[in-house]
Amino acid sequence: MSDSNEKLHGIVAYFTDIDGLMAAARKVRDAGYKRWDSYTPFPVHGIDEAMGIKPTILPWIVLVMGLTGLSLGILLQWYTNAFDYVFLISGKPDWSLPANIPVAFEMVIAFSAFTTFLGMLALNKLPHLSNPLHKLESFRRITDDRFAIVVEAADKNFDAGRVRALLGAASAEQVEDCPVDTSRAALPLWFHGLAAIATCLTFIPLAVAFKGRFATSEKPRYHVWPDMDWQRKRKTQTEWEMFPDGRAMRLPVEGTIAQGELRDDFELYFGVDQDSFVPDRVSYDAGAMGPSAEGRPAWLTGFPTAMVVDEALLERGQQRYDIYCSVCHGQQGNGLGSVALRAKALDAQKWGWVDPKSLLADNAKSYSNGEIFHIVSQGVSTMKGYGAQIVPRDRWAIVAYVRALQMTQGINRRELNRLGVDPADLKPVPTIDDVRVSSADAGR
Amino acid sequence: MTISDPNSAIQLGEDPRHRPLLVEGTGEDFGSVTQAVAGISEQPVQQTNKAWVAAFMVSLTLLALLGAMLFHLITTGVGVWGNNNPVYWGWPIVNFVFWVGIGHAGTLISAILFLTRQNWRTGVNRAAEAMTIFAVVCAGMFPGVHIGRVWVAYWLFPLPNQMDMWPNFRSPLLWDVFAVSTYASVSLVFWYMGMIPDLATLRDRASNNIRKIAYGIAAIGWTGSSRHWHRYERAYLLLAALATPLVLSVHSVVSFDFAVSQLPGWHTTIFPPYFVAGAIFSGFAMVLTLMVPARQFFGLKHIITMNHIDVMCRILMATGLLVGYAYSIEFFIAWYGGVQYESFAFVNRAFGNYWWAYWIMVSCNVIFPQIFWSKKMRRNLWVVMLVSITTNIGMWFERFVITVTSLSRDFLPSSWGYFSPTWVDMCMFLGSFGLFFTLFLLFLRFLPTVAMAEVKSIMPQAHGETSNSIHGQGDHDHAPAGGASPAPADRQPS
Repeated sequence: MSDSNEKLHGIVAYFTDIDGLMAAARKVRDAGYKRWDSYTPFPVHGIDEAMGIKPTILPWIVLVMGLTGLSLGILLQWYTNAFDYVFLISGKPDWSLPANIPVAFEMVIAFSAFTTFLGMLALNKLPHLSNPLHKLESFRRITDDRFAIVVEAADKNFDAGRVRALLGAASAEQVEDCPVDTSRAALPLWFHGLAAIATCLTFIPLAVAFKGRFATSEKPRYHVWPDMDWQRKRKTQTEWEMFPDGRAMRLPVEGTIAQGELRDDFELYFGVDQDSFVPDRVSYDAGAMGPSAEGRPAWLTGFPTAMVVDEALLERGQQRYDIYCSVCHGQQGNGLGSVALRAKALDAQKWGWVDPKSLLADNAKSYSNGEIFHIVSQGVSTMKGYGAQIVPRDRWAIVAYVRALQMTQGINRRELNRLGVDPADLKPVPTIDDVRVSSADAGR
Repeated sequence: MTISDPNSAIQLGEDPRHRPLLVEGTGEDFGSVTQAVAGISEQPVQQTNKAWVAAFMVSLTLLALLGAMLFHLITTGVGVWGNNNPVYWGWPIVNFVFWVGIGHAGTLISAILFLTRQNWRTGVNRAAEAMTIFAVVCAGMFPGVHIGRVWVAYWLFPLPNQMDMWPNFRSPLLWDVFAVSTYASVSLVFWYMGMIPDLATLRDRASNNIRKIAYGIAAIGWTGSSRHWHRYERAYLLLAALATPLVLSVHSVVSFDFAVSQLPGWHTTIFPPYFVAGAIFSGFAMVLTLMVPARQFFGLKHIITMNHIDVMCRILMATGLLVGYAYSIEFFIAWYGGVQYESFAFVNRAFGNYWWAYWIMVSCNVIFPQIFWSKKMRRNLWVVMLVSITTNIGMWFERFVITVTSLSRDFLPSSWGYFSPTWVDMCMFLGSFGLFFTLFLLFLRFLPTVAMAEVKSIMPQAHGETSNSIHGQGDHDHAPAGGASPAPADRQPS
């Protein structure tokens, strides 16, 4: 390249119609130039052949990215719905492809379309805002109604004189030189300052977010969206000075009975005769078998008239007994529940543990039904009451079942004689004292 | 350029190899097309078309109404709408489907008509694509605010969050999120990419600095290089090929929102094609509604010609018949299927308490477009405007009928109800037109309304004297790899 060519970007020839352009393009192509191009307001047919443009690889890039979109679409749905957070929808399999087709399809299209657009820009090296050709006044008509061929000075065969002659001979409307753009389009100084300040400002939200994420604070977290977190209401168990008693919660009117809580059947609910004295928690003196006769409530000896004692009730009672009572009193009622055995293994008596009572003991047998009901409901000595957990009818079922246990388990020898049963036919019921538990079992 | 009767070939069935001219008038050349289109956006502000200013003021007012309604809705809650038991999908979803349907014609014209080499599309495709994007903006807004707590709208997307939860990919509502957002973004890319060469034209004609900078950035340095055009055309073809299944998928997925449920009246397999036909129908109606006044006010009658309007009227009539066919098949299947609830749903649709909506729909969508069998009517702009507007009304009612009548009376008579919209419903719908028209009018005023480069490429001068082919941008797509260029049968090699 000669020295004068260094200031030259290229040589531009303008044409008014397609035919002139095409003829010139073939000439330039045949002359062996590589760094040249034609410029047209619209895609001209046949120019690819006239210029020797090879087909673009864009479709292959798009194909690869489309397949990537497909894989990512499937992977996303598998990971989110079948692996990381499994959705059970109407008993369908965790992972079923048909329902994932629409989203996978949209992902293919989205990936392909964006690749098409961005790939086209990248292959064309766009955006490219600074171009020496844009400095030429005549070149502005290229996007309107003119056609041009530009042979760039960067071509290794470039010779300004020969190119001018070549283009001039090709019925060009005008041939002109395009100088290299030497004007430096620096941005003004104030813009740099402004950009620096703006850049710094953009870090502020980020810094605030980081501080909120990693620093500790006494203050409650800043609520961006309150949703319904703060409402004009009082919550339970809080103060409210508006009421004389200062409570936010209101007490029910005196004598209010909640639905289903009317306890007018004394037999059923308290195990005593109708309208008689209802004890709270009776303390049973181990020696004296309870308070003196005159102070004793009128315990019910049979079952409440509301209850029907039949096999179904006994079965219900057994089920409830096994759930609530057997852990201490044992399934046989002999006080060999798992809790009792464990306490024995731990030698818990030294901490004040009292063995659960054998329901087969004589004093337990001597209680009236009402007393047993009352003990189930309110508890006795170290046993807590189960009134809150077991509904009254189930408590009666338990009473019935306890009576059945007492009648069938641990019958004493005298009674056997009276019934004429051979004691050898019966297995003895063990008591807590018969059980030997090694402390090695304590951990089990 | 010679004068020719553009109708002759289409109307009289002449030798189809000689296509009529798509740009009408005497002495039209590349420069005059540029001047006609670019001139619109170059008018000084003071000389803006009075009709445009009036329309813009009305649109802005409606847009302000929409803003007020959105503020009221978001600060108060979705209870301000008429949505209530049993109709929980009221106007917001009706409006969503209405707008997203309108948004189909743009991509259809751009992509499907491009692939099928319908060159007449060049006159209207740009505006139709713009319409698509603005309609999808309006459409996206409705489900966006329908979710109630708009500030957690990001839950719609599979983003990692503090709850360690993911959206349910087996829900059609989530498919809808993907379909509509893909459609919106791909349409935007398609529209913008098509506009780059025309933005470069505006840049090169720009007379003041603001225009130079704005259009200069938007045109991203486009020079019209043939090497660029080569990749650009290939990219455009690819986008068209991708957008075609996309446009068909979007309304199919929208229809899944309904069809995948078990509600009588929704649970039908005909919904996807039926919705797509309806979408094209409503989209073309909206294109007509917009383009007939626009060509009048902005002097584009020679580019958006009576032939364009004629062709679109015929498409409108054809898709209207498709929609009518779908209506009747729905009834047939309801009877033929023998399911009590299905039969009831359709009888209720036509003769129940929403009978008026049903018959508005049938009249507007099936009966009125039949007027276009007559060529005289297709060329009477008043009739065209009237029918395109009634079609829009009819298509809104179609969505209303599907959504509301099915929900208001389903399996259990004790839970039947009657839907009544509130004033907020109505104002929001009205306001969405404000949003749409504001955007569209700004587009008409400041962006290249017609695809200049594409129109130029189909003018006779674009083919040179050595070629008698009709330009179609996909024509050289059969190039064998490695070869510089083939010589397809319709093009004479040098």
